[in-house]
Amino acid sequence: MSTTRQLRGGTRWALSLNAFLVYLFFYAPIALLVFYSFSDDPLVGRWGGFTLGWYRDFGENQEVQNALSVSVKVAIISTLVSVVLGTMAALALERYRFRGNRFFDALLYLPVIVPDVTMAVMMLLFFTEGLSLVNTVFGTNLAKGLATVSLSHIAFSISFVSIVVRARLNGMNEKLEEAAQDLYASRWQAFRHVTLPQIMPGVVGGGLLALTLSLDDVVITQFVSGPGATTLPVYVFGLIRRGVSPLINAVSVVMLAASILLVVLSLVAQRARGESAA
Amino acid sequence: MGEGLSDQSLADYAGVSAVAIEGVTKRFGDVVAVDNINLDIADGEFFALLGPSGCGKTTTLRMIAGLEFPTSGSLRIFGDEVGTLPPDKRPVNTVFQNYALFPHMNVLDNVSFGLRMKGVEKKSAATQAREMIELVRLDGMEKRKPSQLSGGQQQRVALARALVNKPKVLLLDEPLGALDLKLRQDMQHELKSLQRELGVSFVFVTHDQEEALTMSDRIAVMHDGKLLQVGTAEELYDQPVNRFVADFVGQTNLIDATVIDDEMIALANGTKIKAPNPYPGGTKVAMSLRPESISIGAPEDVPEEFRPTSLHGVVQEMNYLGHSHVYTVGVDWMPLEVRTNATPTSIKYEPGTEVAIWWDRRSDWVVPDEGYSS
Amino acid sequence: MTAVVDKPTEQARSATPEFEAANERQKRRRGFLLALPAYAYLVLFFFIPLGIVVAYSFATRTRNGSTSLSGWNLEAYRKLGEPIVSDILVRSLLLAVITTVICLIVAYPFSYFLATRSPAVRNLMLVFVMIPFWSNFLVRNYAWRVLLGNDGPASQLTQAVGMGETNILFTQTAVVLGLVYGFLPFMILPMYAAIERMDWSLIEASRDLGASGFQTFRNVALPLSMPGVIAGSILVFIPSLGAYVTPEILGGGKTTLLGSYIVVQFLTARNWPVGASVSTVLMLVMLLAALAYFRAGGRTL
Repeated sequence: MSTTRQLRGGTRWALSLNAFLVYLFFYAPIALLVFYSFSDDPLVGRWGGFTLGWYRDFGENQEVQNALSVSVKVAIISTLVSVVLGTMAALALERYRFRGNRFFDALLYLPVIVPDVTMAVMMLLFFTEGLSLVNTVFGTNLAKGLATVSLSHIAFSISFVSIVVRARLNGMNEKLEEAAQDLYASRWQAFRHVTLPQIMPGVVGGGLLALTLSLDDVVITQFVSGPGATTLPVYVFGLIRRGVSPLINAVSVVMLAASILLVVLSLVAQRARGESAA
Repeated sequence: MGEGLSDQSLADYAGVSAVAIEGVTKRFGDVVAVDNINLDIADGEFFALLGPSGCGKTTTLRMIAGLEFPTSGSLRIFGDEVGTLPPDKRPVNTVFQNYALFPHMNVLDNVSFGLRMKGVEKKSAATQAREMIELVRLDGMEKRKPSQLSGGQQQRVALARALVNKPKVLLLDEPLGALDLKLRQDMQHELKSLQRELGVSFVFVTHDQEEALTMSDRIAVMHDGKLLQVGTAEELYDQPVNRFVADFVGQTNLIDATVIDDEMIALANGTKIKAPNPYPGGTKVAMSLRPESISIGAPEDVPEEFRPTSLHGVVQEMNYLGHSHVYTVGVDWMPLEVRTNATPTSIKYEPGTEVAIWWDRRSDWVVPDEGYSS
Repeated sequence: MTAVVDKPTEQARSATPEFEAANERQKRRRGFLLALPAYAYLVLFFFIPLGIVVAYSFATRTRNGSTSLSGWNLEAYRKLGEPIVSDILVRSLLLAVITTVICLIVAYPFSYFLATRSPAVRNLMLVFVMIPFWSNFLVRNYAWRVLLGNDGPASQLTQAVGMGETNILFTQTAVVLGLVYGFLPFMILPMYAAIERMDWSLIEASRDLGASGFQTFRNVALPLSMPGVIAGSILVFIPSLGAYVTPEILGGGKTTLLGSYIVVQFLTARNWPVGASVSTVLMLVMLLAALAYFRAGGRTL
């Protein structure tokens, strides 16, 4: 990049100010949230001295703990399954032409586009009708719960994983796979020793995205969770509707910390991508 | 692998070909990438597939490697049919264009990859890889990643990675394309001596005619999926089979002409020239005349014996290249390029000067104007 | 070594068009098998549910609140024309457009500024755009609820500088603010990518040819960065239109938007056909927007 990208006088100041305000806008609410989560005042938004009490409440509140454990279970299951299925789909679409691949390609984008309210409605109707059908036919007594939540999360995560992995595969030199075959690797060996290490940052990045999406989702989960499978966001959402409280602040800060940890991890994964791309 | 093999290959020269291609065609949908070619490459030969991009040379190489299967035809390596074998079942290895080194493996792991895939025990694979790394003079670099190597070093890793498997034929796809001029010339040298040392056939693809002429024992010129001519550098240069080969290999003037009879042709301006040729009267041909074969001088200086066939013209342009002068001389109907050695005593002809040009009758060569023979 | 022997290559023979075709078929089959698990999953857990929703939008609501699938009709779609529903539709569209425009106005200069920084600074600034982008959406909305709350920090600040109380919580303004906050990164990222990719010597050429800074922006920079502008706009518009969480938290019960309306139809009003028909329409709008997005050369995220 030999061209210098220079801004002059007034423009420069205006743009700098704008950038400053954007960051203030992004971070001031978060900073305040963190700040007040340490405030020893039952009214949110008022400083009453430093305390860790709300975090202690967070740790001792059985409902929060249950919701947290549901969230973690769902996130792990849906991430694992969607990473495997999404990576396979990405490989198929990037490396092969097969009957129906255009249709599959389009189908794979739909869950990304469809708004979560619509997706929630879809899953609600599907599981309501599906479970009652299964229960009538097989005389079982299945109900919505952890399984339906996980199944729904997988349904939207597969697409995101496959998009991220495809981008990575797309940037990978196809000749590397040919070189592996030329050097006596079987198809599986070529995948195991050459392709997989090359797309690993994409797989990890896609997995982190799936994890984030699963931990973030409120709407869809709320529709398919049923009693006993309330995730943390759904629980918190319910609390917020009843009003703000310092306990929600503390829970929020913990959730925030978790997502920032995930960002950092994904950035590390991208850094690894940058190095091996050379 | 060593000196012994090249002796043996000499003894076997008349025997079985390293690579034998018979009637091979490759179609991609409606496009015929390779059109019914026949080719024999001898053991121990340094062989070039030369042609412009899209001529089918890379597809041919990839079919030998097994990265592409022919649509039809027979492909044998040392007598064994391999046309339908996948790459990992063929006794050949490839140096890829831009090398395709595994970026996540160090030099040693790259070089030992093929052996490990074949199931060679790890220690022994590493030992053999180290020997090969030494052979290409990269010892001490075993732990480096490809991104930490220069272009020339990467190229040597690619060579070592292929050669360590002791392929019966080594395939190279534009092996020097990514290197700058100076390095390219050094590597040409190195490749050539490595090939002599190992005695294995090298088949390499290039679009650079100079590179092909310098390095190869024999060259196959391809165009539009067809094999036009196979021969040594001299054969291609001095006796091209058609206009395309004459034009593509080295620089030349192609003067349009018509055959009068099997002894004579008429140039476009009507000048009749004695030129033995196998074509029937009236055939459109081109006379190929290399710039360095043409002499230039004042019209009155034309030696007596060349007078009937000399041409008159005006110097349009003169360029000094250090070792030579290159003139563009306009004769009645076309510009011709003339190259003379530049010595302190040689005469220069400025643009606008009227000159005569003439050439030794042994240095022209008649090629058919159209239709590429196969 | 695990030798994988393909059927057509069990023994070497010379190539034939039949072999080539068989090999091609096998490659296709391999691709298909690789795609199959995800394919089957999405058909079962996405495509069929989608079909069910569309089917329900043509169904009838019975007196007791259940849904009868016999006797298909367009009753639920007719309901969309009634003022209650069409008001919500218009309001949702309007808020989504306003949100998109605000994001555009804020993000363009920001992205432009970003692209003119040195690579190191640029990357750092990008990371700080990415963090809110990845942070929990619910929590970010909740943060605004705290900020704008009754006698909350925002109000305390405006009172301190003598501007009186801030009382915008549970208004449309708060909803737009929340939506901008939630989706601004969706605007910045594609826009930045487009501006960054731009050949900056064209800017210099424009200045060299006597164009003023504004003329250069208007005639060179803006047209060149248009793909990013379009992609960003669609990426903000789509989720804004379908938003549910933000209006629920910041809009209170007063500002019903499409998302909330759908949820109410399913969870409380138990009018599934109407909920399904609104969902179907919403989905169609999204599909059109997405098609426009791909037309503009966008790739996802």
